[in-house]
Formats: sequence, C-alpha cells, structure tokens
Amino acid sequence: MIENIDLSLIDWSRAQFALTAVYHWLFVPLTLGLSFLLAIMESIYVKTGDEKWKRITRFWMTLFGINFAIGVATGIILEFEFGTNWSNYSWFVGDIFGAPLAIEGILAFFLESTFVAVMFFGWNKVSKKFHLLSTWLVAVGANLSALWILVANAWMQNPVGMAFNPETARNEMISFWAVLFNQVAVAKFLHTISSGFLLASMFVLGISAWFLIRRREQFMARRSILVASIFGLLASLMVAYTGDDSARTIAKTQPVKFASMEALYQGKTNAGLVAVGFLKDADRKLGEHNEKDFSFRIEIPSLMSVLTGGSAGSYVPGLRDNLYGNDSLGIMSVNDKQVRGREARRMLLSYQNARKSGDGGRADSLKNILVTKDYQENYFRYFGYSSIDRPEEVLPDISVSFYSFHLMVILGFLFIMIFAIAIYMLFKDILEKNRWFLWVLLFSIPLPYIASELGWVLAEMGRQPWIIQDLMTIPMGVSRIASGSVLTTFILFAILFTGLLISEVSIMVKQIKTGPKH
Amino acid sequence: MTVMISHMFLQHYWWIIVSILAGLLVFLMFVQGGQSLIFSLPGNEIQKTLIVNSLGRKWEFTFTTLVTFGGAFFASFPLFYATSFGGAYWVWIAILFSFILQAVAYEFRSKPVNIFGQKTFDIFLFINGALGPFLIGTAVATFFTGAMFSLDSMNSVHWETPYYGLEALFNIRNLTLGLAVLFLSRINGLLYIINSVGEEDLISTARKKILLNSVLFLVFFLFFVVSLLVSKGFAADPATGAVTEEKFKYLYNFIRMPLVLVIFLTGVVGVLYGIAVSIFGKSDKGIWFTGAGSIFAVFSLFLVAGFNGTPFYPSVYDMQSSLTIYNASSSLFTLKAMMYVSFIIPFVIAYIWYAWQSVNNTKITEEEMKSEGHVY
Repeated sequence: MIENIDLSLIDWSRAQFALTAVYHWLFVPLTLGLSFLLAIMESIYVKTGDEKWKRITRFWMTLFGINFAIGVATGIILEFEFGTNWSNYSWFVGDIFGAPLAIEGILAFFLESTFVAVMFFGWNKVSKKFHLLSTWLVAVGANLSALWILVANAWMQNPVGMAFNPETARNEMISFWAVLFNQVAVAKFLHTISSGFLLASMFVLGISAWFLIRRREQFMARRSILVASIFGLLASLMVAYTGDDSARTIAKTQPVKFASMEALYQGKTNAGLVAVGFLKDADRKLGEHNEKDFSFRIEIPSLMSVLTGGSAGSYVPGLRDNLYGNDSLGIMSVNDKQVRGREARRMLLSYQNARKSGDGGRADSLKNILVTKDYQENYFRYFGYSSIDRPEEVLPDISVSFYSFHLMVILGFLFIMIFAIAIYMLFKDILEKNRWFLWVLLFSIPLPYIASELGWVLAEMGRQPWIIQDLMTIPMGVSRIASGSVLTTFILFAILFTGLLISEVSIMVKQIKTGPKH
Repeated sequence: MTVMISHMFLQHYWWIIVSILAGLLVFLMFVQGGQSLIFSLPGNEIQKTLIVNSLGRKWEFTFTTLVTFGGAFFASFPLFYATSFGGAYWVWIAILFSFILQAVAYEFRSKPVNIFGQKTFDIFLFINGALGPFLIGTAVATFFTGAMFSLDSMNSVHWETPYYGLEALFNIRNLTLGLAVLFLSRINGLLYIINSVGEEDLISTARKKILLNSVLFLVFFLFFVVSLLVSKGFAADPATGAVTEEKFKYLYNFIRMPLVLVIFLTGVVGVLYGIAVSIFGKSDKGIWFTGAGSIFAVFSLFLVAGFNGTPFYPSVYDMQSSLTIYNASSSLFTLKAMMYVSFIIPFVIAYIWYAWQSVNNTKITEEEMKSEGHVY
C-alpha cells in the first residue's frame, strides 16, 4: 500500500505548507487581538460620546484593514492546500477534519466578512450602537474562525472521537463533542487567541510609543497605551497560564514531543525544569543521531516532576522510555506499536482482498473483528507505525523543539514584565520621561511575532514524523503529484507572499507615519 | 435499512447545500465580472475608483462563499476534495493564486507607498476577474465531461495525465462553460454597478456593454447546454455502483426530474429578463433578476450532475473510480452533525441581507466615498 514516494515531493509539499502557514500566521494574531482592541476603544467612544475616541478607533481600524486583507489572502491557500498537497490525508480524515472547516466558513467567516463591511463603510449609514455591535461581531467572528481551525489542528495532534471504518479505509467521527472538547483543542484555542491579544497589544503599545517619542498625537498615544497595556497584561498572564496547561496536555498526549522540547533523554524522578539552556552534541547515540547534552543550563530543581506529576517524586518519562518502552510505567515501546500497526494493516489488506475476490463470508468475519472496540483501541490506534521502520524515526528534531519552546517561554515572561512596567509608568505619569522605555516598547513589536511563530514551529515540527499522531506519517498523506509542480508553486508562492509582505509593511509604516486622518 | 435511507437522504441534502453554495458563488462572482471590466468600462479615473469601491464593498462575500464552498465540499464529500484538489492541482492552484491577488488588491491599490503601484494592483484585480470565473467554470465542466484519475484500495488519487488538471483546457465543452461563466459574471458585474453607483455617465456606458456580453454569454452557454443534452453521460448502477456510459444521460436527468428542469428554465428566464429590463427598460434592478436566475440555473445544473444515479465527478480513465454522492460522502454521523449546523444558514443569510441593505442604502458617489473615509 505504501509505494515509493519521491522524497523531494514530500520535502517540497512540507515546505510549501510551512511557507503558507508561517506567512499566514504573520497576520492572523494581529487580527485576533486588534479586533478586540478596536471593539474596546469604540465601546469607550459610544459610552463617553468623546469624538477623540472615535478618531483613535478609526486610526487603528485603518491598520487593521491593511493587515486583515493579507491575512485573508494567505488563509484561503491554507484551506485548499489540505486538498492540493495532502489529498491522501484529506480522505483519511476528511470525515472529521472537514466538519470544523465547513463550520468555520458557515459560522465564523461570514460573521467576520459581513460585519467588517459595516465596520469600514457604515460609520455614516448605521446607528452608533449597530456599528459598535458590528465591530464586536468582527472580533467574535475572527476568534471563532480560530476556534474551528484549531479544533481541526488539535485533532491531528490528539485524534479522538473517531473510529476507523475498514469499508471506506478512513477514520470516521463518532463523537462531535469529543472532537470539539478535545483537551488539546481547548488548551490550544485559549493559548492561541490570548497570544493574539498579546501580540496586538504590543503592536499598539509600540506604535503609540513611537508617537510619544516623536511628540505627535500624544493624546491618542496615551489613551491607546492605557487600553493596550491593561489588555496586554491580562493577555500575557493568560498566555502563561494556558501555556502551562498546553505543556501538561502535551506531556499526556504527545510524550515524545514533550521529552523533545525538554531535551530529556533519560526519564527520571525529581526532574528539574530547564529555564535557560544551550545544547551540544553528546557522545551517546540515539539511532543514527548523537544525543544532546547541556553545555549550559539554569534549572529549577524538581519543577518538571511537580508540574507533570504533582510531586517531586513523580517520574517524567524521557525519550528512551518512549522509544524503547518502560514496563514498570506501562509505556509501550515503538517496536510493540509497530507490531500492532502492521497487524492492523495486514488485517485491512486481508479484508480488502476478500471483498475484491467476492468472498463475502470472510470479508464479513474480518470486518466484525476490525470494528471491535478492542481492535480499534489496541491495533488501529497504531496504524501509522506500520510505515515506521526503526523506533528512532519517531523522533522530531530535538534542537528545534527545545529552542523553539524555551525561547517562546522566555519571551512570554518578558512580555509580562513589559506590560506591567508600562502600566506602572503610565499611572505614575513617568512614561514619557523614560524615553528609553518608549524605545524598548517600539523595538518589542517584532518579539511577539517571533514567539508566536516559534509556538507553531514547536507544535508542528515537534510532532514529526506524524501528520496525524500515531495514525498517519507525512509520506502516507502527501498528494502523488510531480515534485516539479510543487517546487514551481512553492517558488511562485514564496515570491508572491514576500512581495505582498514588503508592500504591506511599507503601506503600514506610511499609514502610521501619516497618523490619524479623521 | 433505516440507517441507509437516512444516509442517502443526507447525501442528497448535502449535495443540495453544495449546489446552493455553487449557485451563490456564481452570482457573487459579479465582483470578478466587474473587475474584468476595470480597464474597458470606466472613462476616467474617478469612474474607475467608483467601480472599484462599489465592487470592493462586496468582494469578501464572494471570497467567503468560495471558502465555504470548499469547506462544505471537504466536509460532506471529502473524496471529491481529495481527488480533485490533489489531482487537478494546477487548475485549483491557478484559481487560488488569482484570489490571493484579489484579496490584497482592493486594500492596497490606492494606499501610498504600496511598492508596486496602483496599476499593478488593478492588473491583479483584472487577472482575478477574468481568470477566476473562467477557470472555476472550466473546472466545474469536468463534472460533466470527466477527468483522468484512478483511485487505489486506500482511495488515494492517481492523476493519469502529466498536466495535473490543465488538460481540462483542451476540451472545447469545458472551455465554453468557462467562458459562459465569465460572461455571465461580467453581465452581473455591469448590472451591479448600474444598481449601486450614482454616476450617470458610468451607468450609461455600462448599459451599452450589456448587449455584447449577453450575446457572447448566450453563444457559449447555449453551446454548452446543447452539447450537454446530446452528449453521452455517465450513470451509476443503483445496486452495484458500477459506472457505465449512457446516451443522453443529462437530457434524461432533466426529463426524470421535471422540478429541476423548471428551476433551470426559471433561472434562464430570470437571467434574460434581468438583461432585457436593464437594456430596454432602463431599470437598475436587473441585477436581482440575473442574480436569482444565475443561482437557479447553476443550482439545477449541479443537481443534474449529481442526482438520479449520476456520478458527479466521472473518471474517463477508470470509470469505476468515478465519484458519486454515495461513494464520496462523509459518514452518516458527520453528515447528520453537519446538518444541524446547516440549520443556521437561513440566519446567516438574514444577517448578510440586513448588513448588505444597511451599507447599500445610498448610491456610491464621489461624495459618499469621501464621507465614509475608507476608500479603495
């Protein structure tokens, strides 16, 4: 069933999806957060009737519009790339994955796109209250969009609520609520939207700081900083809380990813949490690759054991436990999973052959075994391992996982500090006297973008080689097209997206420099 | 048995939903049709700005409908999504590429320091306006003329030409539907501009352009419809699912589903009436007739493509790999869960209508654009 697939096809298909996702994610978080900031600012305008707040809202709305358009442009490609580049995956999971995407379109996209038109063009056409409602609905719509696509992504990280149907050779949904309330989905959604709120707050804070540095639009800048720093502090605390929750969820659902992001090879009790660390190649090997050691680290003793198991004595499984098994902890080895996955594939082939040869009796009896709960949970659950040759193939890149995670966390704590200091200085009325801090705010604008992209690097590269955890590897899911075609479209997209990004940044900078018009 | 009937009911239900979305998409491509006129219709820069701004306030509806159309296909008929998108790669990529260009063009075109200049973004709008409807029409024509693919035991698609979908352009019937959709979009675009813009010279020029576009639309549309009715089609055996060729299949589909025929004819009459009142009656309401007509006609063509035991995505390479609404659909559970979600659609349409009305309650003029401040 697994034919020889051109490796360059897989690489270019991955590269194209990664390119689109990285570009798309440069714009989405700002939409998620800025939409709420607009809604808050406009609410103050409607409540107070102060025209200055309307002017502030409209300035940020102009920037929102520029960012929104390019977010939409890069988003449409992502939806269709599941089909164009990952068609086998799309069939294997379409019964589950398609539903959230369709709901996203029906419930969220229309809400967002309908009321965005009222938001931009309705100032003089609809009542103040209806306009405000439209702005809030844009924010709700944008964040609802995020919910459904994250539900779909969470299912790939932790497939739940489905059963494999041998007749159609695909996974089928058996519980919508299990898919929606997948623990990974809940953690991912809250973490992602709050990171968007944080990013947008830093964006508003940084640009407002620039106005203060230039001693222009000071009223608007101060008011914007007031709203953004409070919203940003709350968001950054929520990011930290939900990030912790996400990490615990990963420890349970994707233990290999968890051990990779901590670079924990050998499991242990009293495991410390590395706050800062640098990796180097060790002499020991795990498969073909050298293990990593720390050349430097600052560690908080026992904290990882406490966070994951509740006490310092809790054992945190390492990569070796997950690869080679640990009987005392009930961790199955990859070899055992390979045996089960291959058995599931063999049974499926036997069933398909029986059907093809018209042996209905045998096909029925095989099907009766295949659909039992026991077979689904103990064999099909490891279906993807049938295309794994060596246990070490299930390892992601340890350095990428470790650094993306730790850098993201360090930045997360930095953001809490920045927002807290901004609020303190604002209320003490010393913000404008401390010009160095205004520069810090300005140069902090790119940092949440970096942190946010790192989060996705960890989420996606940290779960290699799976396209669906334990069920399907990347090569199994790719569309069988000529790699030259994908290479060509990769280049086209790279040129187009880069060109549009340059244009977007240039327009945005010009609009900021021009300042509010109304 | 009850389960089978319910699943079959839901497969039909979801094909109807997909068909409605297809109809709405073709109507909403008046935005693309209008964009394709961006260089030939306006007499001066102000008129061009008026056209762009009147279309620009609606582009997201078309865009969102396209995305929802794709999402609904993925959710309800995932095997089609996997097969067509994963195989006819180049056609879909070209369509998507043109829509990326559109999404940024409105917002960026008139902004200072946009790097590439207004002309470039206007060309982007033109490319999307001309290519979008044409390629979507051409791709949908393969629902009737077939595509070159086969499916293996895991239902993985293997595309059997090296052109990955571009071969659809070598078929005259596909091309005529593509061109018919393009000229229909242009007619709808002209009628929308007549309806929403308050500038007499522009409206008068737009009226003059309806006739030629209508003649071209009718030539291509009639060619496609006649060839559809007299050509061989594909039929799936209801008991075994085996697919065979059948003479006059689509003509029989119309005869066996008279309601669909009535919807189709109503649609065609609606389009013609909308055109007529706009050319001869000087009405600005023509868009509502051609719009509704477009929805009806496309809706009925989709029903003819998928109902009455017809594979909606036939494979001319391996006929038994052809997709029907039965073998390509999601499971009973998923279709049922999605059906509950679909009940919200009337509510969605209601608020879209309300928002549309509240923003379109005055004609777009230079003064109106200035007063709103957000000018494309």
